[in-house]
Amino acid sequence: MTGIDMKVNIAGVELKNPVAVASGTFGFGHEYNNFYSLNELGAICVKGLTVKRREGNPPPRIAETPAGILNSVGLQNPGVDSFIANDMPFLREFDIKIIANISGNTIDEYCEMAEKVSAAGVDMIELNISCPNVKAGGMAVGTSCNMAAEVTSAVKSHSSVPLMVKLSPNVTDITEIAKSVEDAGADALSLINTILGMRIDIKSRRPIIKNNMGGLSGPAVFPVAVRMIWQVSNAVKLPILGMGGVSSGEDAVEMMLAGASAVAVGTACFADPFAPIKVRDGINSYLVENSIPAASNLTHGVLPW
Amino acid sequence: MSSVYNCPVISCTMLNCTCADIRVFAPEICGEAVPGQFVHIKCDGLTLRRPISICDVDGAVLRLIVDSRGKGTEWLVSRKKGDILDILGPLGHGFDCSGESILVVGGGIGVPPLLYAAKKASDSCAVIGFRSEDQAILLGDFSQACRAIHIATDDGSLGHKGFVDHLARLKLESEHFDRVLACGPTPMLRSVAKVCEEMNVPLQVSLEERMGCGVGACLVCACKTKADNEEGFVHSHVCKDGPVFDANEVIWE
Ligand SMILES: Cc1cc2nc3c(=O)[nH]c(=O)nc-3n(C[C@H](O)[C@H](O)[C@H](O)COP(=O)(O)OP(=O)(O)OC[C@H]3O[C@@H](n4cnc5c(N)ncnc54)[C@H](O)[C@@H]3O)c2cc1C
Ligand SMILES: Cc1cc2nc3c(=O)[nH]c(=O)nc-3n(C[C@H](O)[C@H](O)[C@H](O)COP(=O)(O)O)c2cc1C
Repeated sequence: MTGIDMKVNIAGVELKNPVAVASGTFGFGHEYNNFYSLNELGAICVKGLTVKRREGNPPPRIAETPAGILNSVGLQNPGVDSFIANDMPFLREFDIKIIANISGNTIDEYCEMAEKVSAAGVDMIELNISCPNVKAGGMAVGTSCNMAAEVTSAVKSHSSVPLMVKLSPNVTDITEIAKSVEDAGADALSLINTILGMRIDIKSRRPIIKNNMGGLSGPAVFPVAVRMIWQVSNAVKLPILGMGGVSSGEDAVEMMLAGASAVAVGTACFADPFAPIKVRDGINSYLVENSIPAASNLTHGVLPW
Repeated sequence: MSSVYNCPVISCTMLNCTCADIRVFAPEICGEAVPGQFVHIKCDGLTLRRPISICDVDGAVLRLIVDSRGKGTEWLVSRKKGDILDILGPLGHGFDCSGESILVVGGGIGVPPLLYAAKKASDSCAVIGFRSEDQAILLGDFSQACRAIHIATDDGSLGHKGFVDHLARLKLESEHFDRVLACGPTPMLRSVAKVCEEMNVPLQVSLEERMGCGVGACLVCACKTKADNEEGFVHSHVCKDGPVFDANEVIWE
């Protein structure tokens, strides 16, 4: 790794390398820390938190697709207070940026959580207004410019750490939402959340997922994610945490060239728990081979026709 | 610690039309494996790994029985000697095989994980069921591992005609067992749970659910277990909290 500067900066938060792990695919880090130290990663976006404990949707919650998966977990989590009491102390033992992913049913709930996680010492808040698997809040907020702006500015005034808003790809024009939340005071953007999809078992005529529909992730969504990151980075000035199907160093470089300052690895962990480490090392190799001194030089480096 | 290992296939032989007996060299996994745990295997071209129970451990040789039911398992049963399998494991919580005598009750592809459990127990008897004689597997292995084995088939082509819960009841009426360990389709497990409850014998069951990560991070493989809260249940996870649960914790749907 000698001579290469892997540090990147998102809204004033410095990540020691440009690889984070995506919310909901990595829990609170306990499990994968048995495979390698969390110190290896730039940041962790923790499982989506809600004010109260949620048991989530009934199973089956997953279906395989060509080069991807559909999931409908429905934000199962122990609640924000339990996270702060039981998981924050563990995460703080590591040299890793902690990004709290929060989901509310109401603006008040979002604000309450923002205050709590700010006080608990997270490094950044990821505002989840794009979960396709819950009835209230979630994607309904993230697909309306007005609602997205309203919740962003409300939460901003209750946060003492940078606020990153996670965008839904289930919209006609993602740049409109991006501009609305930028105007409303967001400090960064993360994209993409999952793309709403469905699979049906043709023998039973039943959807494979109990909730009928689920969110598509994995390599299948990668080109959509790259396109949206490119469009958004052309439309706003905010730094972007890119995600959606990243499973190699090459994917990460491509996503950064499209406009991401850093990437998050999600579904790829299921096939290979070491995927985030391999992505990090792959970025490093690319930089070495191409004599690029710093990872941050990649951001928005695409040369469009 | 469970991790990812590249394991050479030592042999892969068909036991009947759909089931393969796969032996791989996996010293690290074998060194840690507990009966009832599973491994998560990468299959060519597929996004998700496939969960397969540990059937037996012999030194550094891990034995898996795979029934071909779809793309992933079809690929697995067609492996050849010398191929490398990318295996994550061992994973999950296994069976408690302590005590003086154990009854294992299995149905179909739920039978294999009970073999290692039967071997680890100081004394065991087996009740195992299959659809028909041509589906029956591991009879010799169970005969060797157990003091007695009792077989049921749905069509009566081998052993008792009918289901394993009936044989399990007869067995429990005639002898004392410290514990029953069961694996198989959910309706079978539910019936065995009823028998054990009536006979007042502790039961552990191994559950199946569609999985993502296999290590407890993605929360996909949910199953309802009893809890002292408003809803009366929590969603536990088969990969991390299970696959083996105490039957009295499980809420049968
Ligand atoms: C803890 C555990 C232990 C298991 N042990 C064994 C074993 O020892 N031998 C054996 O032959 N089978 C076992 N199974 C079942 C086996 O995992 C499935 O048959 C297999 O995943 C099917 O994959 P496929 O690609 O062939 O089928 P497909 O239908 O193409 O699979 C599509 C998706 O559904 C999932 N899926 C389908 N059926 C099941 C199922 N019954 N359980 C969980 N996921 C499923 C697959 O993993 C995959 O993600 C076990 C399952 C679990 C959960
Ligand atoms: C099982 C699963 C659970 C997820 N849970 C959340 C969540 O709680 N909050 C959230 O913002 N995104 C969640 N996501 C979306 C991911 O964070 C990510 O945006 C998406 O999966 C795309 O990245 P990937 O293709 O690398 O997985 C989840 C994704 C998966 C697969």
